[in-house]
Amino acid sequence: MAEALGFGHSVKRKEDARFLRGRGNYIEDIKFPGMLWLDIVRSPFAHAKIKSINKEKALATPGVAAVITGADLVPYKLAWMPTLMSDQQMVLPVDTVMYYAQEVAAVIATSRYAAADGVAAVDVDYEPLTPVLNPHKALEPDTPVIRADKQSNRIWHWEVGNRAAVDDELANADVVVAEDIYIPRIHVASMETCGCVAKWDSVEGHLTLYMTTQAPHAIRTVVALVTGHLGLMEHKIRVISPDIGGGFGGKVPVYPGYVLATAASVLTGAPVKWIEDRTENLQADSFARDYHIHGELAATKEGKITAMKMGVVADHGAFDSAANPSKFPAGLFSIATGSYDFQKAFAEVDGVYTNKPPGGIAYRCSFRVTEAVHAIERMVDVLAQKLEMDPADLREKNFIQPEQFPYKSATGWEYDSGNYPAALEKAKSIIGYDALRQEQKEKRAKGELMGIGISTFTEIVGAGPSHTFDILGIKMFDSAEIRIHPTGKVIARLGTKSQGQGHETTYAQIIAEELGIPEDDVAVEEGDTDTAPYGLGTYASRSTPTSGAATAVACRKIKDKARKIAAYLLEAREDDLEWEKGKFFVKGAPDRAKTIQEIAFAAYTNHPQGMEAGLEAVDYYDPPNLTFPFGAYICVVDIDRGTGQVKIRRFVAVDDCGTIINPQIVDGQIAGGLTMGMAPALLEEIVYDENGVNLTGSFSDYLLPTSVETPKWEMDKTVTPSPHHPFGAKGVGESATVGAPPAIANAVVDALAHLGVTNIDIPITPPKVWAILKEKGVAL
Amino acid sequence: MNVTININGKEYSDDVEPRLLLVHFIRENANLTGTHVGCDTTSCGACTVLVDGVPMKSCTMFAVQANGKSITTVEGLAQNGKLAPIQEGFHEKHGLQCGFCTPGMMLTSVAFLKKNPHPSEEEIRWAISGNLCRCTGYVNIVEAVQYAAEKMAEAQNG
Ligand code: FES
Ligand code: FES
Repeated sequence: MAEALGFGHSVKRKEDARFLRGRGNYIEDIKFPGMLWLDIVRSPFAHAKIKSINKEKALATPGVAAVITGADLVPYKLAWMPTLMSDQQMVLPVDTVMYYAQEVAAVIATSRYAAADGVAAVDVDYEPLTPVLNPHKALEPDTPVIRADKQSNRIWHWEVGNRAAVDDELANADVVVAEDIYIPRIHVASMETCGCVAKWDSVEGHLTLYMTTQAPHAIRTVVALVTGHLGLMEHKIRVISPDIGGGFGGKVPVYPGYVLATAASVLTGAPVKWIEDRTENLQADSFARDYHIHGELAATKEGKITAMKMGVVADHGAFDSAANPSKFPAGLFSIATGSYDFQKAFAEVDGVYTNKPPGGIAYRCSFRVTEAVHAIERMVDVLAQKLEMDPADLREKNFIQPEQFPYKSATGWEYDSGNYPAALEKAKSIIGYDALRQEQKEKRAKGELMGIGISTFTEIVGAGPSHTFDILGIKMFDSAEIRIHPTGKVIARLGTKSQGQGHETTYAQIIAEELGIPEDDVAVEEGDTDTAPYGLGTYASRSTPTSGAATAVACRKIKDKARKIAAYLLEAREDDLEWEKGKFFVKGAPDRAKTIQEIAFAAYTNHPQGMEAGLEAVDYYDPPNLTFPFGAYICVVDIDRGTGQVKIRRFVAVDDCGTIINPQIVDGQIAGGLTMGMAPALLEEIVYDENGVNLTGSFSDYLLPTSVETPKWEMDKTVTPSPHHPFGAKGVGESATVGAPPAIANAVVDALAHLGVTNIDIPITPPKVWAILKEKGVAL
Repeated sequence: MNVTININGKEYSDDVEPRLLLVHFIRENANLTGTHVGCDTTSCGACTVLVDGVPMKSCTMFAVQANGKSITTVEGLAQNGKLAPIQEGFHEKHGLQCGFCTPGMMLTSVAFLKKNPHPSEEEIRWAISGNLCRCTGYVNIVEAVQYAAEKMAEAQNG
């Protein structure tokens, strides 16, 4: 029999078996007899009136079954849908398009090719309007309000902290630094795009919706809320999230295509498939970031930070379709005080409508945490530069010290645990920090450009305690349901949904650790709302902090019952029994033992009178707090004075995510996260022209890192368990995406600091660096 | 138009539109869904298959162009139920997360290792640079290819 390995073992992934053989089951692989295809007509303008839509030619195209426009949806009250941020979003416009590539009509046909022919044949007559593209301009009083259903282009204003105290400190401090930092619009671009298959059963009045979603249960509830007035109730809706080809936050929102496919299935009575192509994915799906930040820090001349102020204009596009917890329109941007100990902080964010696609979603990071971390980590370097201090020294001087945890931050968070000096020390010693500084000095003397960048970040993940966190009122707990079969084998079902994180393996390891049942004997299932317990899904690094915790707690409930059965079988008192991985034995008589498998069998065949049969438990875990993973990253770059090219020579990442379940999977998450951190730092940006036309609609313009640009990451760990999580884990899927961009940006600025450069906005592309080199007279 | 394409040793014949892409023939006509589509500009490599042993992006070829040719897809890598060295390598070295890029990555690697059985890390990185992966950061993919190279060398020597 296979052994139960549990924590700390690099158990090889269970899910690999199907993926390696081409037997995964992704959305595009799902098909049914008689299935129709849906394709979408999209707007060529960023802002325009729709004068008319002519379907005639499309309907006459061979294979085309139907064409749906906004006007067709109005009688069913489906032209608009609610967003997760209590805004509303057009499914299809009735009279005005709000952004380039917006959905304008849907064509349903017998094949994907016929549907594309139909799309080409739909005639739309537009009257272009002037788009509002700059969010600062959108806030000016004489700029027209772009949304007919709103009074202002300002969606909301959010603030936290003590403005007066901070202003006072900024006015009186020894040293003040200020910087404008723009974090541009980017796109998660998971390798699989979004899509769905909607299957309406008109006899049963039942909808099965196979869709690329990170949060199937929440989606079921949203669908019920949107369609309840049409008689489609929650018990008649089954959402199935099959294998997902990467999510990263992009598969949390509801896109119009999902609603259209559902409407089309009801209309035609056939299953309808919608799969977006890459151009649609990059041009119309929700984007991330787009934060215009003004940061200020006050400090003593010795380098003790005394206050922080951050002001942000956040471009949310035409609809506020971000996926933040309801009470946090700016996500968890208030983590911007970072790893540093000061008690005066103030942050404010204005959300703004512009004629761009909606969003403000994550990009492999917890709600707006990357923006916060980039802002503070850049500002700390700006301060170090002003004080002429080494940025490592400045950080060490300001770190929250290990004995200060739990630490109450100036913006109200209670950090659970941390040891920041240890992480930085480790990173410095691995990379040989002092020698690098020496080398840099020598290179500088020779005119060579080399930079060293540090990022000592703190994340905030695992939402969340339900008293504070909800999405559309649904509390952000998560769940596990574990059933032990008579032969000791297990089925575990969870409210989360893996998109490549390896849940089938890590959840099995938690069960192996807690119950001593071999990983091989555990089947893990997620993503089917008919079978899995309700949960909020996988994003914001919340699976291990919430469903992972629920798994451990459910196992412990099972163990309590198992103890009773063991006591009965061994004719011993319950408190005379001791647990050792996988069995109960009588204290002092280790031979008198019952394994969990024997106990499971007895639970169905020979359980005590008066006890319910079976061995199973459900847990809905409501974390008492968030978790605060952290890390220290150091990056070394060399800049080519001839081309402006930045080359990452080395990158050391020391991460601390608390208890580690599977070291190989954790390192895999970090390596992937580092690469997705490097991407916006050096390569990726969604760009619009002056008419609001998206210029980066393909992978030839929107540059994902390939194996050649990606350096060989050097990864190490410190382990500071979370004191409130059942087994001390904190979550790791996104730390690296959050921590890497400022380390890289800081390294590049550091290479040019002696020339008076204090900030370069990401992505730091060769033309941008070349322009600086030229201006400073050092270009070759 | 009538085409006959041999995929993983089996003949598939169908009457297709001239514009049908090879990748759609493989996925829909032959019902082999392990080959994926990740872009529409020949950029991502998720659709890579071997056409007469040469790695090709099957989204950039018409089915009719493959008429009479022999194709290997991910479904054809394992032999008699035994994983190929490249598949073993991806499993052992954790070279896949979501698995979407994996079939294309493996087929590119198989063709590359045939030409260059003892590659350096740098050579592997260049060889797979036409295949994008959004999840793994490539470190483990490179190690998976190295693992496969070693396994194949062992098998050859002994
Ligand atoms: S699908 Fe991207 S290259 Fe073929
Ligand atoms: S494993 Fe997800 S894209 Fe490569």
